[in-house]
Amino acid sequence: MTTVMARPDVPANPVPTPGQVDAQGLTPDQDLVQLIGPDGRRTSGSPFAALVADIGPEELRSIYRDLVVVRRIDAEATALQRQGQLGLWAPLLGQEAAQVGSARALGADDFVFASYREHGVAYCRGVDPTMMMRFWRGSTQSGWNPYEFGMTTPAIVVGSQALHATGYAMGIQHDGASSAAVAYFGDGATSQGDLSEAFGFAATFLAPVVFFCQNNQWAISEPVHLQSHLAIAKRGEGFGIPSIRVDGNDVLAVCAVTRHALARAYSGQGPTLIEAVTFRMGPHTTSDDPSRYRAPAEEEEWKAKDPLARVRALLEAEGLIDAAYLEQVTTSADETARSLRSGCIGTVEPLPMSLFDQVYAEPHPLIEEERASYAAYLERLEDQSS
Amino acid sequence: MTTMALGKAINAGLRCAMESDPKVVLMGEDIGKLGGVFRVTEGLQQEFGEQRVIDTPLAESGIIGTAVGMAMRGYRPVCEIQFDGFAYPAFDQIVSQVAKLHNRTKGDVKMPMTIRIPYGGGIGAVEHHSESPEAYFAHTAGLRVVTCSNAADGHLMIRQAIASEDPVIFFEPKRRYWEKGEVDEQASLESAPLHRARVVVAGTDVTIATYGPLVSTALAAASVAAEEGISLEVIDLRTLSPIDFDSLEASVGRTGRLVVAHEASVFLGVGAEIAARISERCFFRLEAPVLRIGGFSVPYPPAKLEDAFLPDADRILDAVDRSLAI
Ligand SMILES: Cc1ncc(C[n+]2csc(CCOP(=O)(O)OP(=O)(O)O)c2C)c(N)n1
Ligand SMILES: [Mg+2]
Repeated sequence: MTTVMARPDVPANPVPTPGQVDAQGLTPDQDLVQLIGPDGRRTSGSPFAALVADIGPEELRSIYRDLVVVRRIDAEATALQRQGQLGLWAPLLGQEAAQVGSARALGADDFVFASYREHGVAYCRGVDPTMMMRFWRGSTQSGWNPYEFGMTTPAIVVGSQALHATGYAMGIQHDGASSAAVAYFGDGATSQGDLSEAFGFAATFLAPVVFFCQNNQWAISEPVHLQSHLAIAKRGEGFGIPSIRVDGNDVLAVCAVTRHALARAYSGQGPTLIEAVTFRMGPHTTSDDPSRYRAPAEEEEWKAKDPLARVRALLEAEGLIDAAYLEQVTTSADETARSLRSGCIGTVEPLPMSLFDQVYAEPHPLIEEERASYAAYLERLEDQSS
Repeated sequence: MTTMALGKAINAGLRCAMESDPKVVLMGEDIGKLGGVFRVTEGLQQEFGEQRVIDTPLAESGIIGTAVGMAMRGYRPVCEIQFDGFAYPAFDQIVSQVAKLHNRTKGDVKMPMTIRIPYGGGIGAVEHHSESPEAYFAHTAGLRVVTCSNAADGHLMIRQAIASEDPVIFFEPKRRYWEKGEVDEQASLESAPLHRARVVVAGTDVTIATYGPLVSTALAAASVAAEEGISLEVIDLRTLSPIDFDSLEASVGRTGRLVVAHEASVFLGVGAEIAARISERCFFRLEAPVLRIGGFSVPYPPAKLEDAFLPDADRILDAVDRSLAI
């Protein structure tokens, strides 16, 4: 047998289109943890509110400062890419609260396994933005030492890091330590087998891992309903992993649910999946053109939910903003931008012979042979041109 | 004849294949509305609908694994892997299933599947976007592996690959997508065999065998050499499994010297197989050992180092000099 003809009497199965699937089987905002209302008022009804009750005026002001600085890092990097100083940049515009809110909940001993968009998390872990630039500039595959900051450098292979986080968490468990691993990934990543495998391992071993999904509604040009007809959080439940949907543009809610998930991990209760519902306000990367696949109306709708505006409204509602503070925030953002720009432009580029460095941890004769023959070649080339 | 860029030529070839066989379906990430990150499938979903140009969930193993089922159901899936470095999540399905099903079922099940993979470096990309994994696939029995270097071949070879009853890994040199060439859109599938190498420039002193992205580089090297009075014969291999050793043997019979160039690491690469075979076949006609140039045995480097990693015309000419010095 070779070919089975389609039966003309049987209509082809319709492919679901966006209109037929109501927002992942949920009405918008249903069971979404939210702690700052659209009016900028903190809500107290949610059981999660108690988890961030300690966040007072000073910390709120410092959170807002971080959000502004992180957005500025992102804008400066995009500008540097446009000016040819970076090869590529994956903007986080719109995801600042999801990143800053979760990262600020982490302890120094926790370990972050990032995708490629977590510049805000990296900033909160203390990574100098110049180090972030060097990867996107094409000067290095890894801008910092993961052990120094408790955070990996960008994982480009979508989903791969979720398994690494799970294994690291298994190690924490074997050590009897009370810290956690945190895997950051996108909505698209949840389709990868690696994610299902990570959920399975984590659930089986009760590994102290937090799966932090930034559902920014898009995986390049593919809308989230193409990955899942159900809320991403529902996927965790299928594996027996307690799962929470949170308003990813609400920095306090994100911080609260992350604290909750970490407390579970620290106390031996195992993994938690957090789905932070947010929006990628910019292109996938600087190479992308979202106008090819999404409507301006959707972008407008999310502009109204801007995560920075929300905190600003809160600060205003609580009378925590004045001109001096705003100036401090601006100065801080300006200084960070200036420093990363000069750091990026001043990068000392790697030398050709460094190709052969760090391929193996121990000597390898093939590398040594190629190193020598390449050096000899460069000399011949030099001789010819002189 | 129409002048087209390589990417557009593959797009036109895909359209032809879809028009002539309703069983041809395209599957991949971002290939529909976006038309692929390199726009190779641009406009095809609009033209043929979402049932034939399928934006899949983000899962390469899923793409190839479901394409196996589609093929068993009588379809001819053409799968796009977005970048070379993302073929590996699908590697198990390709190597253990796609490649073996025909043999496992004693020919009962065929796998007329095409897997398109943009490959190679030179575009300043981040990690995993510049690799040349062709040897892994050519090493696997049951897979045919081809690669185009120019627009005319892009158009013809993609149609031939899709028409093949066997699975074909179709490597597209991404940094040449924008290079223009003359395309005969009417060229019949029989106009040039899929598994035949082509002499692009005839020469007498040294044969340069290469493929995909480095064909243009070898041609540039040949013009420089010509100015110095050295005549290079440039062969575009076009097919890596099978390899057209007859054409190579004929060429080496004329020149007595062979340099093989590819972006992939030299160690255990396509060039190693060619060097071994040509040494066997042409032992007494060779004036010098077969030389190989290519990537080093290191991971593909960050963009700022890729010019050092990638073989260029200078590296080809250096090998030519070394060959002639013997
Ligand atoms: C295994 C793999 N396949 C494909 C890609 C190409 N790619 C890079 S990002 C991306 C979309 C990821 O979407 P999502 O997980 O939602 O994260 P986001 O980019 O939205 O942050 C794709 C398809 C990749 N990097 N790795
Ligand atoms: Mg996403």
